[in-house]
Amino acid sequence: MEQNHSIDHEHRDDTGSKLGMWIFIFTELLLFGGLFLVYAVFRAKYFEDFHVAAHQLNVFIGAINTLVLLVSSMTIAMSITAIQKNHKKLALILLSITFFLAFVFLINKYFEWGLKIHHHLYPGSNLVLTLTHGEIMFFGLYFFMTGLHALHIIVGMSLIGYVIFQLKNNKITSDNFQILENSGLYWHLVDLIWIFLFPLLYLIT
Amino acid sequence: MTSKTTALPPGSFFDQQGKYKGILGWLTSTDHKRIGILYLMCIAAFFLVGVSLGGMMKLELLRPGQQYIDAQTYNGMFTVHGIIMIFMVVIPGLSAVFGNFFLPIMIGAKDVAFPRLNLFSWYLFLLGSTIAILSQFGGNGPDTGWTFYAPYSINSNTNVSTAVLAAFVLGFSSILTGLNFIVTIHRMRAKGMTWFKMPLFPWSLYATAWIQVLATPIVGITLLMVIAERTLRIGFFDPSLGGDPILYQHLFWIYSHPAVYIMILPAMGVITEIIPTFCQRKVFGYQAIVLSSLAIAGVGYLVWGHHMFTSGMSDFSRMAFSFLTFIVAIPSAIKVFNWIATMYKGSILIKTPFLYTISFIFQFMIGGLTGLTLGSLATDIHVHDTYYVVAHFHYIVFGGMGFAFFAAIHYWFPKMFGRMYNEKLGTIAWAIVFSGFTILYFPMFILGLRGMPRRYFDYLPEYSTGHFISSIGAFILIIGIILMFYNLVKAARKGELAPANPWNGRTLEWTIASPPPLENFDTDVVVTEHPYDYE
Repeated sequence: MEQNHSIDHEHRDDTGSKLGMWIFIFTELLLFGGLFLVYAVFRAKYFEDFHVAAHQLNVFIGAINTLVLLVSSMTIAMSITAIQKNHKKLALILLSITFFLAFVFLINKYFEWGLKIHHHLYPGSNLVLTLTHGEIMFFGLYFFMTGLHALHIIVGMSLIGYVIFQLKNNKITSDNFQILENSGLYWHLVDLIWIFLFPLLYLIT
Repeated sequence: MTSKTTALPPGSFFDQQGKYKGILGWLTSTDHKRIGILYLMCIAAFFLVGVSLGGMMKLELLRPGQQYIDAQTYNGMFTVHGIIMIFMVVIPGLSAVFGNFFLPIMIGAKDVAFPRLNLFSWYLFLLGSTIAILSQFGGNGPDTGWTFYAPYSINSNTNVSTAVLAAFVLGFSSILTGLNFIVTIHRMRAKGMTWFKMPLFPWSLYATAWIQVLATPIVGITLLMVIAERTLRIGFFDPSLGGDPILYQHLFWIYSHPAVYIMILPAMGVITEIIPTFCQRKVFGYQAIVLSSLAIAGVGYLVWGHHMFTSGMSDFSRMAFSFLTFIVAIPSAIKVFNWIATMYKGSILIKTPFLYTISFIFQFMIGGLTGLTLGSLATDIHVHDTYYVVAHFHYIVFGGMGFAFFAAIHYWFPKMFGRMYNEKLGTIAWAIVFSGFTILYFPMFILGLRGMPRRYFDYLPEYSTGHFISSIGAFILIIGIILMFYNLVKAARKGELAPANPWNGRTLEWTIASPPPLENFDTDVVVTEHPYDYE
């Protein structure tokens, strides 16, 4: 889709690119902000039901996943430093670890959700519809918020996969790594949202 | 005037660019000017669909009782009219068409900051629009009104989910355009163009872009919640599952009130460009206009509650929202004073763009002042959900944003297409559009004050005179719009070639050829003067 005429004028603006990414991150935060607002409203309205329902969540799996995401955030940050110092191989390894950890997160999530669904604890199930309003809301929010977050994990993984590919083809170098940095910013966002989801859903009981 | 068609001069952006010819060349081009024209074509087509739906509603309302469509069809019609006009015409309207085309040129840049993202936004826009139109077919078209109020939007067995998904995709497109414009304005202004030397249309786009970026995600997540609720029975907004329908209204209006500023701010920007040019006067109070744009964007974010005065809120919240609504009138009025003051002692050239501009000011004032009667608590209880609201809304959105769009297309037409439209036909079309508009919408204020509720398919006999006059106005308006389209389409094909600067404007777009060359400017632009130094 590149225009032939403008290739020789193609300008690169890393600061502009980073600015764009930050604005996009604001919009993502506001997107989840709407959900946090809904969570806050219903938690205030049904605090006892939320308390009861939160006991159904597995704090251990949640904690593992928190750890997994925190480490992955660290490895992607390290990969940026590695490429800045021109260690291509190290950057590739670190990015692959990040990708792998994201995958681990999703596998954990799969088992966690699978168990809930096995116990008929999913929105709209006959069991859930017999629960109190607050519990319905809690499971609804749980699936909606973690589901949307998981979708962001998948988007992040595609970004990281693309960056690995670009790095292999030497499109990302020590003086041209903005895509990697932006992907890193995005990945930290995914991490950050989880840091809030984990205590709100799993820990406050 | 020559009747012979002459070809456009070579070297413009209409010449083949990239490796593809014809339509494929357009669909793959990341040139901001081509993308602007693509938006223009789509939006013009959607506008005509919306107009036809509006015309059909007015035909049904010509006389009391059922004429030719049933009540359910009517419900679907006003919903689709709303969705098309709001999400596909007026929200993208000025910023996507004229913003894309002129923002880079007016700040002396070669393109926007992210050209490929820009093209992607257009595809998202097209995708969202297609989904919205598809929601009409296969089963029943949505019948909730464009506001998708819960719990009806949860229970309605029409294609609400599809329509809501369309609004979500269109919102995403809008966010990306806003993001692109913010970065463009921050990073790509020409050398010497400080913030306060930037023309006022880019300034208004800048304020708009921030609203697009900061408000749209909220409605995005809200619409996703509606979809989740319809498919998974989660119950966020459905009281029978413990949800809260008022919460839906808050979340919806947190976006949808700022959305009217997404519509009107670029319109104000266009008007602010046209007045100095046609009066050959330096714009009065440049900084006041800039600051009022930012103030409208900021305060406009905090007034959403005035849509919910009768929905159930504490008295204190209602007073706070009412107060803030009055506050937002101040920067809007500042702009009107500035426009009038700019005209004072100017040598005014009355051409079609200027006629649309002064009718904009006239209609915007009526729309704005009736907005204040709606914003005050006591009168709102009386006129809430009546035709008064419909009239106010159309005076702002059509009389304001729509007329600014018409002004802009006539003003920049020579630059975009390199040809002149027929001035006489343009003026006649304006006169018909303006009178049709007034006859159509003014009676609605009186109908509303007398108690005619909005969105009703039928009415009591005492409202029949008002409805009859209003319907006549609709047909006049449609004739005017057709004439205007005819004039512009004909001009785009065989109009007289336009000079580079037909109106003697001073902003950067008038310094380059009409239509602009592929890269806009041959050399890097250096700006030393203020954009409106006429004297």
